[in-house]
Amino acid sequence: MKYAGLIVMPAGFFLSIAALVLFADPVERSVFVFCGLAVEALGLGVAVRGHMQARGESHS
Amino acid sequence: MNPTLPVASAMPDALVALTLALLLLAPLAIAGVALINTGLGRSRSAAQALLGNLAIVAVTAIIFAVVGSAFAGCLPGGAGHTFQLAGKPWNWLGAGPFLLRGLGTAPAQRQLALIFEFLAVALAALLPWGSGADRWRLTAGCAAAAVMAAFVFPLAAYWIWGGGWLSQLGVNFPATGEGGAGFIDAGGAGTVHVLGGLSALAVIWIAGPRRGKFPKEGFSTAMPGHSAVYVLFGCLISLVGWMAWNLAGAILWLHAPLAALPLTAVNTLLSGSAALAATFVVTSVRFGKPDASLCANGWMAGLVASCACAAMVSPAASLFVGLVAGIATPLLVELFELALSVDDPSGAISVHAAAGVWGLFAAGLFAPQHGQLVAQMVGIATLLGVFLPLVYLLFWLLNRVVPFRVDADGERIGMDLHELGGGAYPEFVIHRDESYR
Repeated sequence: MKYAGLIVMPAGFFLSIAALVLFADPVERSVFVFCGLAVEALGLGVAVRGHMQARGESHS
Repeated sequence: MNPTLPVASAMPDALVALTLALLLLAPLAIAGVALINTGLGRSRSAAQALLGNLAIVAVTAIIFAVVGSAFAGCLPGGAGHTFQLAGKPWNWLGAGPFLLRGLGTAPAQRQLALIFEFLAVALAALLPWGSGADRWRLTAGCAAAAVMAAFVFPLAAYWIWGGGWLSQLGVNFPATGEGGAGFIDAGGAGTVHVLGGLSALAVIWIAGPRRGKFPKEGFSTAMPGHSAVYVLFGCLISLVGWMAWNLAGAILWLHAPLAALPLTAVNTLLSGSAALAATFVVTSVRFGKPDASLCANGWMAGLVASCACAAMVSPAASLFVGLVAGIATPLLVELFELALSVDDPSGAISVHAAAGVWGLFAAGLFAPQHGQLVAQMVGIATLLGVFLPLVYLLFWLLNRVVPFRVDADGERIGMDLHELGGGAYPEFVIHRDESYR
């Protein structure tokens, strides 16, 4: 799960880059870049959750 | 303000002398962080911790001189490695000379920028060392620092400071950063602190928590630092280093005039002060008394946040930036330890990564130029989305070759005796560790 989260994070980065290339309008570009950051936050959350799960399993 | 290095005209001699003087004071920031790293660890690992700080500075200097400076494009050389995408050039890797060839004949500004980057790579590599305290082997810490100095830091430095694609955002995509400014990070909030803080997270995930930190049942075990004096004195000398650091960064990367420098210094002080005051109040309300260690963390978080924006915002905005950093830091430290099971003795993730991200965002929020916020958000997305997975992958591979974690016996007797054969405080009686379960 940790690795899945870490793979999702670059996807958020590519979304941000896509925003620069695809949109000329500053508002659309900002919203899309923000979406990229949100995807990264999701990936980070999954990675942290995976770390906690792995630690719990090592205890049991 | 254009942060790309190559377009700067020749610096006047007085400015060269001033920048050099500032760069000679900037290592006090490194000394401060080294003291904080040592003080927040245990007494039985203090000598290993401080020696590690020194060794990491040495290793990063050598590796950056031999390899990293070429990728960071510090000295005049090739035009950099570029590819075309959507009709725009994406300059992604420097192509300078290896082993600092041509240093003596390079323009003064490039030489000063090189010194700045020597210090920056050392500070970035020190941050994970504090987070891996009490269980990270010295050789592994040095190997990780070498990886950071050879490739990871140079990549970030080139993109942000060396004329790479992040610094060119404003040129290639004019709505992001007016006047071709692109992503701005004069004091290294992203290049140093976010990068170092994310590397600390990678180290913590790979090395795991200290033994006994998270018992099978109940809450996490408190493992307070062994010297609040080291920690608080480290904060004080960091202030000198941070001011010098932010001023030198403003001159080198923003081409700030002399008249703008006092504002940068005042903003640095205000940000740290507001953060300390906020943490003082938060910990007083939460625990009934102010917490010295968390107050130190808050102070440092304010200084870190100032790195991104001290040179380009008003004093009122600096106070706000510090205030938010100071409120968030103790809450984040608690969140990471109690809710997320992240054992970070030096608090690098909260103090450096989180505060650095906040500072970069605030720089876009309060910048006078239109469109800067988008450029800052793209920079933050790059640091999180590229560098955390990259550093984790590199450290994970490195851990297979040079195991990060000391064996259980070494952790029990302390890193000093295990790795150095002698303790930092040989005249002290070392008591049995009651938290060891």
